Amino acid sequence: MPNVFIALQRNEETRPIIDAILMDNPGAQLDEQPAMVKINVPGRLVVRKSTIEQEIGRDFDLQELHVNLITLTGNIDESDDEFVLSWIH
Amino acid sequence: MDMKVSKKLGLKERYNRMTRDLNWTPSYQSLKDIYPYLEYEGIKIHDWDKFEDPFRMTMDAYWKYQGEKERKLYAILDAFAQNNGHLGVTDARYINTLKLFLTGVSPLEYMSHKGFAILGRQFQGAGPRVACQMQSLDEIRHAQTQIHAMSNYNKYYNGFQDWQHMHHRVWYLSVPKSFFEDAVTSGPFEYILSISFAFEYVLTNLLFVPFISGAAYNGDMGAMAFGFSAQSDESRHMTLGLEVIKFVLEQDPDNLPIVQKWIDKWFWRGYRVLTLVAMMMDYMLPKRVMSWKEAWEIYAEENGGALFRDLARYGVKVPLGWEQACKEKDHLSHMAWNVFYNYGAAAPFHTWAPSEEDMKWLSAKYPDSFDKYYRPLWEHYAKEQKEGRRFYNKTLPMLCQVCQVPMHFVEPDDPTKIAYRESDYKGMKYHFCSDGCKHIFDNEPEKFKQSWLPVHQIYQGNCFPEDVDPTKPDFDPLMEVLRYYKMEFGRDNLDYADSQDKKNFDTWRAQATTN
Repeated sequence: MPNVFIALQRNEETRPIIDAILMDNPGAQLDEQPAMVKINVPGRLVVRKSTIEQEIGRDFDLQELHVNLITLTGNIDESDDEFVLSWIH
Repeated sequence: MDMKVSKKLGLKERYNRMTRDLNWTPSYQSLKDIYPYLEYEGIKIHDWDKFEDPFRMTMDAYWKYQGEKERKLYAILDAFAQNNGHLGVTDARYINTLKLFLTGVSPLEYMSHKGFAILGRQFQGAGPRVACQMQSLDEIRHAQTQIHAMSNYNKYYNGFQDWQHMHHRVWYLSVPKSFFEDAVTSGPFEYILSISFAFEYVLTNLLFVPFISGAAYNGDMGAMAFGFSAQSDESRHMTLGLEVIKFVLEQDPDNLPIVQKWIDKWFWRGYRVLTLVAMMMDYMLPKRVMSWKEAWEIYAEENGGALFRDLARYGVKVPLGWEQACKEKDHLSHMAWNVFYNYGAAAPFHTWAPSEEDMKWLSAKYPDSFDKYYRPLWEHYAKEQKEGRRFYNKTLPMLCQVCQVPMHFVEPDDPTKIAYRESDYKGMKYHFCSDGCKHIFDNEPEKFKQSWLPVHQIYQGNCFPEDVDPTKPDFDPLMEVLRYYKMEFGRDNLDYADSQDKKNFDTWRAQATTN
């Protein structure tokens, strides 16, 4: 299954988001580049609101992702609780 | 009486309230009169309500997050300017990538803003109309932030002074300019497919991600701030592109051949524009993050490949020219930088032959092509330069009628032979750099026969300032063309080694480390 990916700026705000993505996607590979990180996952990547909140210690609106998001690939399915990228139908 | 507290709306509900629930069905005017451009491209849409933006961003959320992005961006820009950021970059050679970026890319953001403003009015569905309206605002923001970010460099370095004037005149800038002019003069469906899908989804990762990461690596926090801030909007634009293509294909099977034709055309046009990015990554960054070839393998072959495998369920095929583009990854940047080295007297930025250290990196990154085809060329140029004969090509190159890039591309299966194609149309002969560009012309000859090709225009005498007198004994056509560009000869152009930029940078650096 080909990878989907999400790339985020690397800063204090994204540290808990990156940790949450790595926790929720066991096959995830972290690719660190200058000023950014790219997270590759085969087939399907989930960003989960509850995990980020647990890491960050406050309420988190998934749309806050837009502030530090650089790029992504895959078909998107976004709800209040999860933001999913996938090549799986 | 008890107050009834209603539950906060969920994301999907809120999105519907703020988009299609604000829409209405007109009764005084016909839909055709309100949306006059929707039918002439042949695309059939039966139910606009089937389009839904998966990001479900609403205008109120949009303003909130964009405002936050702007605050972050200007905080970095201010810090950069306050901290003499122009001096902190690895090397003043790096600044030349910004000169290219400002003149080549920033005006495209503004054109894109105009294109999406038209779509934000012309699409019948409320979902895509709102998404296009946001994209239109994003694009004008990108143009503004790029101009702001680079104004700091304009105080210290040459070549930035007349970028808007240059955009409409300088020879190589007709490449990105013609790409967008082709797009904005298309119908609404072709426009969104060309920009949001072919360019943004398939190709911009190659421009904004590794190159901007490279800008950060070279100490340029200004370019990093505007680049990543722009690309964060890009993820919404890419989503719009992908959702529009899926929506159009799901609406009617008759749409597939039209869409495929546009995918073929716009992939190839966009790929040709990225020629500039290849040489920026491999030759112009003093510290490099990855090679063009590596970026191509990650973002085009791996990621684009996955995308086209996914779209195969609609009958979409990998774009025509894909295979050739993959073959060119070993050659593109070397060919392109060679052209700019040749024409370094006519471009408002500096060029240079790669150093021995640069060439070592290029050999390692391009084991199949650099030492065999390109190292001897650069060694030859370096030797000539050392002996006081820095090579500047004084003849003008033939340009491709479609992409407008000088015809330097080689045959896909023979890197020692320049690729050359032609078509006859209404008694005239037209020349192309590739099968891809010839194919585009043959599909739309009435559009592409009108191309404003800088070399043709120079030879026809249309690129001189108004006060020029060609009968004067000391008339020098090249100098007059540069005056028409508003370039100052000997200051804005020629080799980096002898430039005022280099001299200034070395002086400033010495001052920074001494009293």
